[in-house]
Amino acid sequence: MRRDLGSPTEPRYGTPVADDQWRVLIAVPALNESRSIADVVTAARAAGPYDVLVIDDGSSDDTAQRAADAGARVIRLPFNLGVGGAMRTAFLVAEREGYDRVVQVDGDGQHDPAEIPALLEATRDHDIVIGARFAGAGDYTVRGPRRWAMRMLASSLSRVSGATLTDTTSGFRASSRKAIELFAHRYPAEYLGDTVESLVLASRSGLTVTQLPVHMRERQGGTPSHGPLKSSLNLGRTVLALVVALTRRTDAGGDL
Amino acid sequence: MNQPQILGIVAAAGTLVFVIAMLRRGILREKYAVLWLVVSLSLLVMAIAPTILEHAARLLGIAVPSNLLFLLSGVVLLLVSVQLSYEVSRLESRVRRLAEEVAVLSERIGPGQAPPPTDGDDTPPTVAG
Repeated sequence: MRRDLGSPTEPRYGTPVADDQWRVLIAVPALNESRSIADVVTAARAAGPYDVLVIDDGSSDDTAQRAADAGARVIRLPFNLGVGGAMRTAFLVAEREGYDRVVQVDGDGQHDPAEIPALLEATRDHDIVIGARFAGAGDYTVRGPRRWAMRMLASSLSRVSGATLTDTTSGFRASSRKAIELFAHRYPAEYLGDTVESLVLASRSGLTVTQLPVHMRERQGGTPSHGPLKSSLNLGRTVLALVVALTRRTDAGGDL
Repeated sequence: MNQPQILGIVAAAGTLVFVIAMLRRGILREKYAVLWLVVSLSLLVMAIAPTILEHAARLLGIAVPSNLLFLLSGVVLLLVSVQLSYEVSRLESRVRRLAEEVAVLSERIGPGQAPPPTDGDDTPPTVAG
């Protein structure tokens, strides 16, 4: 006898569903993005019939207020948890409230919400769609140790996921319901966990990953999370994070 | 019985009493107390009968018995700190999960009722650069 996969009332995520039937949550992790958050929220709401959730990761400025004024739903973390913690909160909300898709957009305005429909379109065939910065569109470039780190990550993760990935550290990505259910419970919180290790976890859990070239804008506010002085140190941390992610058992990396 | 030996016995017995007192007051949880009970008991035994240490050292080919003691104490402290790191990681992971749940619940309660975010030294460690 064949095992019944899921109850009949549960939507079937492998089958194509029209865009307008999806419940889409735009998740914006934000830490002190007071200058740019309102524009990001406004642009995301204008991009389609999406619910916009801003996860205020312990900001000390008025990020939460500005996001709420711009029409976003706001969840404030009691203290700073990093992007990993903010996104797990978003996936938790999405899982409990039955969202079909989650699209992560950074709060600093470097992701163009106009690209969201294209990312969502690609989730018909893949569980995770990464908006890649160097894949042809736009003129976003980096140099030095950070470039080496990104190259190394790209080639390793392409092998793990079986897809050609060039920009694995992009925070612009869409997740399917299957990915939401996985990430609501296990979303890595370590350095690069929200980007790199989450891809390893997803691939090992049988989810498919792909990337889509996107235009990247200059960040409108906030400070870069990687200053030039830090990039060499971060290369070392990247190697460590990758080694740990690749050697970690798939049932680890979430709640202890 | 010479003076250093008396000192050793007093110190070992004192540790034992201290651990038991903490355990009785509920300050120390049993899983951590067991380790310290074993450590302080073995210290007491070795303080009362130093020949045990000498025999053990000779068996292992260690010329000076006190070096065996140093080796053992080093190993025990290493294991304890690794175990504590593990416990701290586990606690941190649980605190993170709780913080996420609190944030989701706070939103449900509504604006104005949730406590404001704390600022302070509880941010994740960052690399200085």
